[in-house]
Amino acid sequence: MAEFSTSIKDQGNINVVYLRGFLDAHTAPSLENTFSGLVDKGRYQIVVNFKDLAYISSAGLGVFMAFIEKIRENNGDIKLTSMSDKVFNIFDLLGFPLLYEIFKTEEEAVKKFNEIK
Amino acid sequence: MTTSKNISKEKELLIKSRTENLTIVREFVSSAVEEVNAPQDIAGDVVLAVDEACTNIIKHAYKFFPDGDITIKLKYSNNTIIIKITDHGSPFSPDAVPTPDLKKYFEEKRVGGLGMYLMKSLMDDVHYKSVPGKYNQVVLTKKLNSTN
Repeated sequence: MAEFSTSIKDQGNINVVYLRGFLDAHTAPSLENTFSGLVDKGRYQIVVNFKDLAYISSAGLGVFMAFIEKIRENNGDIKLTSMSDKVFNIFDLLGFPLLYEIFKTEEEAVKKFNEIK
Repeated sequence: MTTSKNISKEKELLIKSRTENLTIVREFVSSAVEEVNAPQDIAGDVVLAVDEACTNIIKHAYKFFPDGDITIKLKYSNNTIIIKITDHGSPFSPDAVPTPDLKKYFEEKRVGGLGMYLMKSLMDDVHYKSVPGKYNQVVLTKKLNSTN
């Protein structure tokens, strides 16, 4: 069974979502639930920290595609941070850097949200 | 239920069409490519491509029916890894899947097709064969000295 978990840190108006383990077609629904929970509470400023994510397949990437529009319609965003080279390469292959802001560190991503205010 | 057997430089894994088995698939492919001393980045590409192929079979060929068979045969010869993945679900027409345009996907909120695009990007060759009423097969080829 693929091991995957998320945890969320509240940081003012921003929520940081930490991903851990293996994100594939089996575990993607767990990330969908996490995003749904945030959206339902009107939490649209989301930073996703990939530091502890070991693996991602297209099913995982699809989750980001599924939520981004609704989140941006509500003046929010999903900003990505702390990816390993291996995970970044997959995002890069599919052209995600054109559509998502990807930062080296969580602090930079949080700062970007704060600058907009 | 899963079984695996070792046939000289050929390895075989049989799984049922459930996403929970993707971990077993990745571990099988990972250990097989490790045995042929594939560089780590190529090993990672092969593992992901096979995951994507099996995910597509589970979702589209078997439409999440949990008891379909998926056979993965991995062979290594002439510095080339060849993986044949066979299922007995609905036939698949790769030509019907357009190459994704991410901007368009974003606008249309579509999230499919990414897996096949990844497979084609990561492998040297992706070949589909469908014998209606019998089986579907996708053959992934990756050369070890490839920079692709």
